[in-house]
Amino acid sequence: MVKINALIHNSLLMLSVFVLAACDIRQESGLASKTLLYCSEGSPESFNPQLVTSGTTIDAVSQQLYNRLVKIDPESGRVVSDIARKVIVSSDAMRYRFYLRKGIKFHTTDYFKPTRDLTSYDILFTFSRILHLDHPYHNVSGGQYPFFNGIGLYDLIEQIIIVDDLTIEFRLVDPQASFLANMATDFAVILSAEYGDQLIKSQQPELIDQQPIGTGPFKFKEYKRDHYIRYIKNDDYWQDNTNLEQIIFDITPDNSTRLAKLLTKECDVLGYPSASDVGFLEKRKDISIIESTSMNVSYWAFNTEVKPFDDPKVRKALSYAVDRNSIIDAVYFGLAQPAKSLLPPTSWAYNPESFVSNYNLSKAKELLVEAGYPDGFEMDIWAMPVQRVYNPNAGKMAEILQQSLAELNIKVNIITYDWGTFRKKLANGEHDSVLIGWLADNSDPDNFYRPLLSCAAAMSGSNRSGWCNNDFDSNVKKALAITDHESRRAFYSNAESIISQEVPLVPIAHASRHKVHHNFISNVNINPYGGIDFSATTKGKR
Amino acid sequence: MLNYIIRKMYLLIFVTFGVTIFAFSLHFLFPGDSLVNMSGVQNISPQVEEELSAAYRLDSNMVIQYFTYIQRLLTGDWGVSFITGTSIFDQVFNVLPATIELAMYALFYSFVVAIPLGILASDPAKPWLDKPILALSLIGFSMPIFWFALIMIMVFSINLGWFPISGRLSLIYDVPVQTGFLLIDIWLSDLTYKHEAFVDALEHLIMPTLVLAAYPTTVLIRTTRQSMHSVLETSYVKAAKAKGLSNFQVLTRHTLRNGLLPVIQMLGIHFGTLITLAMVTEVIFSWPGIGLWLVDAIHQRDYPAIQGGLMVLSGMVFIATILFDVLYMVFDPLARRRGYGKI
Repeated sequence: MVKINALIHNSLLMLSVFVLAACDIRQESGLASKTLLYCSEGSPESFNPQLVTSGTTIDAVSQQLYNRLVKIDPESGRVVSDIARKVIVSSDAMRYRFYLRKGIKFHTTDYFKPTRDLTSYDILFTFSRILHLDHPYHNVSGGQYPFFNGIGLYDLIEQIIIVDDLTIEFRLVDPQASFLANMATDFAVILSAEYGDQLIKSQQPELIDQQPIGTGPFKFKEYKRDHYIRYIKNDDYWQDNTNLEQIIFDITPDNSTRLAKLLTKECDVLGYPSASDVGFLEKRKDISIIESTSMNVSYWAFNTEVKPFDDPKVRKALSYAVDRNSIIDAVYFGLAQPAKSLLPPTSWAYNPESFVSNYNLSKAKELLVEAGYPDGFEMDIWAMPVQRVYNPNAGKMAEILQQSLAELNIKVNIITYDWGTFRKKLANGEHDSVLIGWLADNSDPDNFYRPLLSCAAAMSGSNRSGWCNNDFDSNVKKALAITDHESRRAFYSNAESIISQEVPLVPIAHASRHKVHHNFISNVNINPYGGIDFSATTKGKR
Repeated sequence: MLNYIIRKMYLLIFVTFGVTIFAFSLHFLFPGDSLVNMSGVQNISPQVEEELSAAYRLDSNMVIQYFTYIQRLLTGDWGVSFITGTSIFDQVFNVLPATIELAMYALFYSFVVAIPLGILASDPAKPWLDKPILALSLIGFSMPIFWFALIMIMVFSINLGWFPISGRLSLIYDVPVQTGFLLIDIWLSDLTYKHEAFVDALEHLIMPTLVLAAYPTTVLIRTTRQSMHSVLETSYVKAAKAKGLSNFQVLTRHTLRNGLLPVIQMLGIHFGTLITLAMVTEVIFSWPGIGLWLVDAIHQRDYPAIQGGLMVLSGMVFIATILFDVLYMVFDPLARRRGYGKI
């Protein structure tokens, strides 16, 4: 018996010595300190950003694997050079000539070995795939290019002309100042024409979107659906080489598991912590939070085609009933900025003057009496049923509005459907008013005004107010026809004042976006208009 | 002896027959087209439909269809997954080693811990040890393991930061699969970060093993204690003591082997429970074994995968039960004389 006791004792002792020894080795490890672990919230739908709109996919793919012709400088929000070292825009904003950099190499992987550097043929290949219905790749992986559909690229581009190997010109049908900003989005990535040819020869064209080849700082290594993505360093990268050997996207859809993995250091960086966890994370000393107001807005839109919302006075009155501070506390847990205009402050065209009405119930009452509704009325507020960056809880927001409006004798019914039905009924204009929002795809202010409030959008249904104002439209159109930022800003400020007089919608808040990382990680860049960028990230001692 | 094994084999055949009939009928019981459920191929074109119908003998009667199904099972054609479109057979046998590995370490651990504790508890010279050990095992036995797992995670991972909470190995390390048993694979590999990976794998192993071992350990403690008690009261032990053997000599020469016989039997009986618990453990610790894989398949309504998982898990439980029975018989000559096989 004594022996058995001793045996147990010894083996426990051995075990603890072993574990201690194990800890020792760990600190000297080479690979662990050169691997970035990012806990992402879902699997990407594709490895080609042209085909998607979801933020998850853009985060996972865009900045890591690819480059664009031009990119957006996260500091200033302006368009700067990327693959194109220089862009010359004709004075009528209809011809864009891109001069490409020399010696940009595509990824060399197990499945593709490039024999030439990037040329204008690759650019042509990339955009022909989107534009030409008879292009061999157009219908591969579904043939839908939602972002490019949305900006109307088909109708916009007249011709793409190869001037020489490193020069390419885009000719537009109409002048459009936002063209460059669109080319800089995370969707407008450049693919390899040579890889396309190789896949056509081997009759596996669909692999172009599953085993990607790009020019970015990392290259594709392995993907296990719902488990992880592994990228390794691209040694031939044409810009400063990254410090990391590999990046791993650990796909963890569950919010609390993701948080737990961050705390146990199984993740270095965490995307999209839930708003209620941010407060807890802020108290931890070993963790930093990067906050950025992304290009989004949540708003309350009135259906201007039904009574009494066809009267601007009523709409204006209701706009005084929005208590932004309570909403930001209760719905966003303080993680948002109150909106002063439709445009968020990060946009270059932002005008700091406030265009929205502040919370003032007596003024609201006054206006209602003026409009002929001293006894109030009954109305519906539709609250979107899903959680989005710009509005984590529309139902709660509707309840806060309901309380304020009750003081004006307005009885509010909160209505919601499943997301598919909700959008369909909304597009049919069956609502009185709706709480919804918008997340911009690019840095251009046009991306807020035209899709949300133009007459064309009222026709297609994305204008939730059904509001059509020629004055507003002409201002927005004029702003598009010039490239100079200062003059454009003036037109957009005009547009904002028209919105504040007419109040087709009430901008409520701009939510901030969070990424959380351990302190031993530095230089994680979040682009307010798109994906996360790890090319400059370094990992210190953990 | 051979006779006994053959009898056991008969039993295995009948049970397998039952399970395959059940799995086969699922093709028709699951919603959707039975051809889709059988092959796992979705959006079947008319041409492919013809080929598949011919391969599965859908034009013939059920009996022939069933035997075609058995033939497919034996040749490894288990259909493809709805979700990933890859072979179910490959997937199952990719994830199975992880489960076997986890279950083996947990069993090993419970042997090492439970048997000495059981013996200590039964020691008539130390009656004050009996109650605490028994109480401990009762607590362990009645404690739901998902709760135990969460408490372990709270304490050791989140508060103390000692152990990771998910997977078998940090994603940092990319170990080529050879045997499917991770520690062996790391050992066989010629990676530069072999040692780090090995340590990392051990760190990942500790908590799931402890959690999974909780149940078999408590069962083993109680069984060992019980059977040791009864063995200690037999006349041959009394005789041995009368002859002047020390306690330790009695233990090694007489009581241990006889006392452990029921333990082997108990393991066979509880193996099914162990596999169920392994599935729970896998889900909690994201351990990439067959349990997690099957639960994912159920969530995603991946019918061919559910069938494949069912076959393999039930097959595993049968084979293990029979193995433990045979093992029991090897150690206990009396069992050989006891009539027919049982399960």
